Amino acid sequence: MSLDKSTVARIANLARIEVPESDLEPLAGELSSILTWIEQLSEVDVEGVQPMTSVAPMNLKQREDEVTDGGRAADVVANAPETVDGYFLVPKVIE
Amino acid sequence: MTTLTDLTIADAQAGLAKGDFSARELAEAHIRATEAGRPLNAMITETGDRAVAAAEAADDRRKKGEGLGPLDGIPVAVKDLFCTEGVLTTAGSHILDGFTPPYESTVTANLWRSGAGMLGKTNLDEFAMGSSNMTSYHGPVHNPWRRQGDNQPLVPGGSSGGSAAAVAARMCLGALGTDTGGSIRQPASFCGIVGMKPTYGRCSRWGIVAFASSLDQAGPFTRTVRDAAIMLNGMAGHDPKDSTSVDMTVPDFAAALSGDIRGLKVGIPAEYRVDGMSAEIEALWQQGIDWLRDAGAEPVEISLPHTKYALPTYYIIAPAEASSNLARYDGVKYGLRVEGSDLNDMYAKTRGEGFGDEVRRRVLIGTYVLSAGYYDAYYLKAQRVRTLIARDFTQAFENVDVILTPTTPSAAFAVGEKMDDPVAMYLNDVFTVPVNLAGLPGISVPAGLSEGGLPLGLQVIGKAFDEATMLRAADVIERAAAFTARPAFIAGEAA
Repeated sequence: MSLDKSTVARIANLARIEVPESDLEPLAGELSSILTWIEQLSEVDVEGVQPMTSVAPMNLKQREDEVTDGGRAADVVANAPETVDGYFLVPKVIE
Repeated sequence: MTTLTDLTIADAQAGLAKGDFSARELAEAHIRATEAGRPLNAMITETGDRAVAAAEAADDRRKKGEGLGPLDGIPVAVKDLFCTEGVLTTAGSHILDGFTPPYESTVTANLWRSGAGMLGKTNLDEFAMGSSNMTSYHGPVHNPWRRQGDNQPLVPGGSSGGSAAAVAARMCLGALGTDTGGSIRQPASFCGIVGMKPTYGRCSRWGIVAFASSLDQAGPFTRTVRDAAIMLNGMAGHDPKDSTSVDMTVPDFAAALSGDIRGLKVGIPAEYRVDGMSAEIEALWQQGIDWLRDAGAEPVEISLPHTKYALPTYYIIAPAEASSNLARYDGVKYGLRVEGSDLNDMYAKTRGEGFGDEVRRRVLIGTYVLSAGYYDAYYLKAQRVRTLIARDFTQAFENVDVILTPTTPSAAFAVGEKMDDPVAMYLNDVFTVPVNLAGLPGISVPAGLSEGGLPLGLQVIGKAFDEATMLRAADVIERAAAFTARPAFIAGEAA
């Protein structure tokens, strides 16, 4: 599998990572070599094999649906770059 | 009196019990060692005051006859991937600049409740992605070992490179790491110490910065197998805050170290004799088999047919989970923010500047394999192969009790090597990754030296939740190996 520059730019946009134009070509090369190496999985026959969904065979525990924590707005926003009145502040999104 | 920094956890506890020294003296000796060890760059943040406070509390309890047990008053270091309340937590990344968690991870909280004290937060590959500690935003860690007659700095392995270097250099008696594809066992092997990845679900992942949630597991670094057992007892247990942590009794692991492995069946997987395996690794492995046979165990040839597919499977699943987990670093809730023309631009600029090269590569791979049109071909396929890899182990464990393999395909390499080819770096984890994919416990024990005089480890893999048998076999290897070689740089003695 070989990725071109425009595909890398598209993935980078999906991942919301700004990639400088000059990095696109080398990244396309690196990602392509990783994907080519991964391609060897195509030789494995997985007919009728279920995908793994749980590492340790166990049932998820149930608990009462009740409040066990909360009232920590100040803690929640304590590390934010910008806040106002207990809210996260971001650049304006609606005109 | 023996140098305090050279003790094992078990011996330090015995010394405290006898009153040979106080926990405060023990902590202070390690604080001096931590300072002397700064050239290794093993710690991102030193927290000597916390270690002293914990030691004083331990001394007070002991005076009143209220000691908490094997970890009471023991100074340890913590990989900077565990959230620690009120102490900077970086995950080795620029994007978490200044992040000071208002909460404590469950595993560290368990350790502090057992009386251990924190000497500092150790350096690591950024978001635990790497096998050399070269990807840390806070710079590379140097391995305290050097090749014979050569002063070139070597990597400690990764991702928990700082924790491994700190334990090897006698800066702490034990340290916490995390292991997603070998990040405890590989650096333990490179630094000549013991490193254990418990069964997935044995320790809570709550409060550990997530890399790949279905693979991540916390574990200890120590200088003996017994100490690893003691540390695991202090860390493990069910936690309602992690739905994948199991609710089952945690045995007394140290009590399992009977030294008696007569009749134990030890699987030797044919597929681990990979092409181009070096003669010294092959010889070490054979030596390990002989040690276990001499102790009364029975080596059994086994087959794990899908072994060669483990690494490519891992490099789909781990980046996929990482791309999802790392979506939270967006310049809004914590850490770095780089202003942009609008919200999307701010996200992209923050993540573009905040993530290093390896993290960026993996997030992009993960995004790609999860994207529309590729999900089935890559992610679903990998999850199916993962089932086959786990099944290989399940079938093998019908006939054997533990499995013995080398930990790594080579000894530690030089700082800066293997950086230009991601796949060559990934191959470091060829023997450790299958264990994570199957959710099993694995432990690396220092077993010998390479031709260049560097430590090499053997890996014992156990059945799920049977760390006790795995530790028992590892303890026998440790006794037989009688590994007493010491690194070139020892911070504890320099102190």
